[in-house]
Formats: sequence, C-alpha cells, structure tokens
Amino acid sequence: MSVDTPTATGRYPDAAGHFGRFGGRFVPEALVAALDELDSAWRTAMGDESFQTEFAALLRDYAGAPSLLYPAQRLSAKIGAQVLLKREDLNHTGAHKVRNVLGQALLTKRMGKRRVIAETGAGQHGVATATAAALFDLECVVYMGAVDTQRQALNVARMRMLGATVVPVTTGSRTLKDAMNEAMRDWVANVDNTHYLIGTAAGPHPFPALVRDFVRGIGDEARQQCLDLVGALPDAVTACVGGGSNALGVFHAFVDDPSVRLYGFEAGGDGPATGRHAASITGGSSGVLHGTRTYVLQDADGQTVESHSISAGLDYPGVGPEHAWLHDTGRATYRPVTDADAMAAFELLCRTEGIIPAIESSHALAGTVSIAPELAAELGREPVVVVNLSGRGDKDVHTAGEYFGVLDKE
Amino acid sequence: MSRIGVAFDQARAEGRAVLVGCMPAGFPTVEGSIAAMTAMVEAGVDVIEVEIPYSDPVMDGPVIQRASDIALAGGVRVADTLRIVDAVAATGAPVVTMTYWNPVEQYGVDAFARDLAAAGGTGLITPDLIPDEAQEWLAASDAYGLDRTFLVSPSSTDARLRMTVEHCRGFVYATAIMGVTGARTQASAAAPVLVSRVRAVTDLPVGVGLGIGTGEQAGTAAGFADGVIVGSALIRCLLDAASLPAGLTALRELSAELAAGVRTPAS
Ligand SMILES: Cc1ncc(COP(=O)(O)O)c(C=O)c1O
Repeated sequence: MSVDTPTATGRYPDAAGHFGRFGGRFVPEALVAALDELDSAWRTAMGDESFQTEFAALLRDYAGAPSLLYPAQRLSAKIGAQVLLKREDLNHTGAHKVRNVLGQALLTKRMGKRRVIAETGAGQHGVATATAAALFDLECVVYMGAVDTQRQALNVARMRMLGATVVPVTTGSRTLKDAMNEAMRDWVANVDNTHYLIGTAAGPHPFPALVRDFVRGIGDEARQQCLDLVGALPDAVTACVGGGSNALGVFHAFVDDPSVRLYGFEAGGDGPATGRHAASITGGSSGVLHGTRTYVLQDADGQTVESHSISAGLDYPGVGPEHAWLHDTGRATYRPVTDADAMAAFELLCRTEGIIPAIESSHALAGTVSIAPELAAELGREPVVVVNLSGRGDKDVHTAGEYFGVLDKE
Repeated sequence: MSRIGVAFDQARAEGRAVLVGCMPAGFPTVEGSIAAMTAMVEAGVDVIEVEIPYSDPVMDGPVIQRASDIALAGGVRVADTLRIVDAVAATGAPVVTMTYWNPVEQYGVDAFARDLAAAGGTGLITPDLIPDEAQEWLAASDAYGLDRTFLVSPSSTDARLRMTVEHCRGFVYATAIMGVTGARTQASAAAPVLVSRVRAVTDLPVGVGLGIGTGEQAGTAAGFADGVIVGSALIRCLLDAASLPAGLTALRELSAELAAGVRTPAS
C-alpha cells in the first residue's frame, strides 16, 4: 500500500491508474483496448496546446467559465465563517458537469468516434451529455434507471429535445448504478464507434484522472479568485461528494497547499446509523465496483447495497478512487450530511442570498455550517471557506417543494 | 494436469469438443441449481460452470441477469456456492467457477481459493479481473493448485493476448463476440480468428463462449475450438418453464442436443 502523500503535480495516479491501493481497472478484457485508446488520447490532449486552447475557449464562450467566486455576506454572518461560493450553478446547463462533458466530447471527436453513451441518475449528467452531443453533432444514448425516468420526467424531456435517446433501465434496483451497468454493456458491444462519457470521477482508469483533469479548472479558478479577493488562500475548501467530480475539481488546485483543509460531504440520507444513506467512505468498505477499487456500500458477500439520498446526484453506492485515497492518506476529511441538514442549508441559502442551490450542493453548505465553529476555534478567528456550489436547484424545485410543503394542493 | 485438462484431452482423443454448461448458483434455489447442474451432467454436459450471482454483472445479458437476481432474491450466499460446487463435483464432472471479482475480494482471496479447492472446484473464470490486477489471485491459485481462466477478446492486441494467455492455466476463454452473454441467432465471424490467434501462442485448450444456444451452433464452434461454452440458452430452459420439473426436462433436452452438436464438429 502506498503511503505517499497526495500531490497536485500530476504524479497520481500511477501509469495503471492506481491511487495507492485504490483505482485500477476491473473490466472485461473487451474494454481494455478502448481504455488504452482513451488513455493515450487523454495524455496527448493534456500536452497538446491546440486541445487546451479549444477546451478553454469552449469553457469560456459556451459554458461561461470562469464561474464567479461570490462572497456570501449574509450567509457568512449567519454561520460565523467568511463563505466564498464558487458559482458553478451559473454555468451553462446549471452545474459543474458541463466542464467534464465538453472535455470528453472534444476527446471523442479526436478519437474519431461518432456516438456517445452516458449514465444518469437525476438526469443532470444526461442533460449535459445531450447538450455536448448536440453541439458536437454526435449520436447520444443516455441510460437512466426506470425509477429515475419517472421521478425526473422533466429532464427526460430535456434530453429528448436535445436529440438524445433515453433508455429506461429496468434491471436490478432500476437506479443510477444499474444505468451504469447498462452503459457498460452497451460499450462492450459498441466500443468501436462509441465513447462512454462517464459522468463522474469514478470507473476504470483513465476515467477518474481524466474527469479530474477536465473539472480541475474549478479549483484553479477559485484559488486565484480567492487570492485576489482576500489576499490569502482559504482556510478550507468544501464540496459535496457523490462520485466525486465536483469535489476533486475544486480540491485539486489546493492539494499541495498544506494550510488548506479539504472537506468532502457525503450524502448521509436518514443518518449513517440507519443504513439508509449514500456515504460510501463513512459507511462503506474497500471493494470493487464499476471497474475500480474504492469504498463501496456492500454486504459481507460483496453484493452492492442500494444507496439512499434525497439528492439523486449523490445517490450512488461508490465513490471515485482518488477520494478513497485522499481519505486514507488523511489529506481530505469526509463526513456525512443527513437529508434533513442538507435541506435546512438549502433553505438557508435561498433566504439569505437569494440563490436556490442544487440539493447536492446543499450538502456542501450544510457541512460548511457544521465545521465553521470547529475551524473558528482552531484558528482563533473567522475562517475563510471556499464552498463549491456545484449546481443550481431548478431541477430540485419539485422535491424541495414537497419537502417544505409549499406546493399548492390540486 | 487439472481435471479440466483431462476432460479436454479426452474429448480431443474422441475428435470432439468439450461442452461447458453454465448455471448461476442458487438459481432458482440452491437445491434447484444442484438438480439442474446434475441433470446437465447426466445429459452430456462435460464441464459445469457455476456462476456466483452478483448484483452488478456488467458482462451479462438479460437472461443471466434475471437468473442472478432470482438467486440473490432467494438469499443465496457465496458460502452456498461452495456447497453447490461440492455437490456437483461429486458427480465426477469438473466444476469451474465463474465470478465477478468483488465477491472473492470480500470473502478474502486466499480463503476463497482454499475453500474452493477444498470443495473440489478446479478454478475460476474471472470476467472482470484482468491479469494486470490479479497479483493476489495469481498467488492464491498457485498456492491451492487452481486453474485460472482469463478472457481474451477480438479487441485484444497481440501483446495483451499473449500476456493474458501466459497467465491462464486449464483453459483460455475466447469471447466470440464483442458484447455480453446471451444466445444469438447469428454465428460470429470473429470467433475462429480469435481462436487461431490464441492457438498461435499456446497449447492450452481454448473454449469459445457468448452467443451459442443450439446444437448446430455448438457444432460450428466445435469445428474450430476445443470447448463450447453455453449459458443463457440453458438458463432460459428454467426461466421459461412453468415448473422446475418441466424446466429440468427442457434442460436435459437442450443439453443432449448441444452434446450431440459438439460431437459433430463442422469442418
Ligand atoms: C449539482 C450537482 N452536484 C454534485 C453532483 C454529484 O456528482 P459529483 O460527486 O461527481 O460531483 C451532481 C450529480 O448529478 C450534481 O448534479
């Protein structure tokens, strides 16, 4: 097992995609050639100025990057921390996810593939993928659990309007993990002409590292914006963790800054003790799922256990392997946030700042509220905290409306 | 030589291919799966492949997924699988186990190898474990004298194919098509090419699987491979039947048809 410390200088993962004892490739041999092709296309692109220029232009002109770093003063006053919100909610399609899909769509084009497939839970990544596919004129098929296509009918319609085919998945628990299984099966059969556009920093190598590279702009921007705004690095950076892309995106630039504490907030559902949660690091154990070794919610036989969260985007029984490693090395701290605490933070941001956050991002806000007093006590002053506001809450209005009982009865 | 190797040698001497029949452990129940596998042996299946049901079987099509779901819903545990291996091995047929990696990792790789060997299992087919990640399994299989069957695919490069085959023991599994398990009506053009690529680098027997479901298809595969691996078509006999006895009758009939198929290799 590796006892090396994480570093942002690009030494991790190793050539085979290992972050310490995590990561790697646990896939059918049929996919290895495609993963190797992707690995090589990604490494080439990372060193290729024309790719970087094209990607940067897309992020700027199409997605709206850099996103703002907004000093949320009324929220700050309420919670006793100077909160800087990284406004990924203002990106085109409403979340950090657009960065990943634009990067992978560019790679798809470079590899000469004409078809992309994706898995989606709430539909956010599906919508983002359908968006990029429309922009790049790619055929797009999105796998979505049949339970989720019903819960998220509006996003299904959005994907269809953008020209994507949405396939309801009726196997297993009919949610995100089964959609991912089905996408893998499609990929095994169509790997010649198809790129699997994974929606988070999970899956077999090179996906975890590749997705991180496409979203790391969040942290690169935030680091500079924070220096410009307060003249110093933040005391802490916080994010919600589903598969882990928005968290890695904002963490990565700060990994080599020892004074900056990194906090990942997992979906605690009804509370980790109830068994009804999606906190893979807090409540899971090391295992293999969806092509990688990481923390997994599983029983003693290694069967995946269903996750539960009010937030569809965090409702996944695994987590990206780099987070598993950041946890083991102690570089980042992971804590669960319950549905109830996340919804309280959702309401708090609505009322103090006039910003409706995604329920996913509300977990990061709730976690920040909970650590503010600890940090203040430790530092002897008000801490400066960058919170990754990974997405906006439009998609969650129905869920939140039901939760708070503000929908008119028919 | 492993018992699987003996079965392949015998079949080769008879001028035919080995018939490998696959069933998920605990489908439709633990006792039902033992009855099914025993019926397959009695009807002419040479080698039984016991698949450990797994919650997220990414290499499997709808038939095996459904059967695995039924087995898991019935509460089958990995320990039951070992009991099934033990019972079926008692028929005298070699029993190989096919498993996704996580159940083995959670059982403990060394402990699993020890208990599988004690149950009379010959080794493992590992659809989502490639030799690159298999250090622990390589050591455990050596320690307990178990066979290792890794998969090769039409998309494998020559270098990977050679590397993968070098890590195999017992037999090599050639996946005939780019896709998941499930019977197909169309024969695969990629399969004979893949088998000859494997033969160019090893003397190990080569089994062909994915998509084979009829006696005729078995005969075609027997024309170029040492082993013919059938899963979904056999499982469907039980899934489609109104009762277990009716399913077992259908299973015997198809097993016999496939056994006749591997004895009439197409040339
Ligand atoms: C707004 C938002 N934040 C966070 C996530 C969780 O994903 P990740 O952990 O990969 O950032 C999602 C997923 O759908 C999302 O839509």
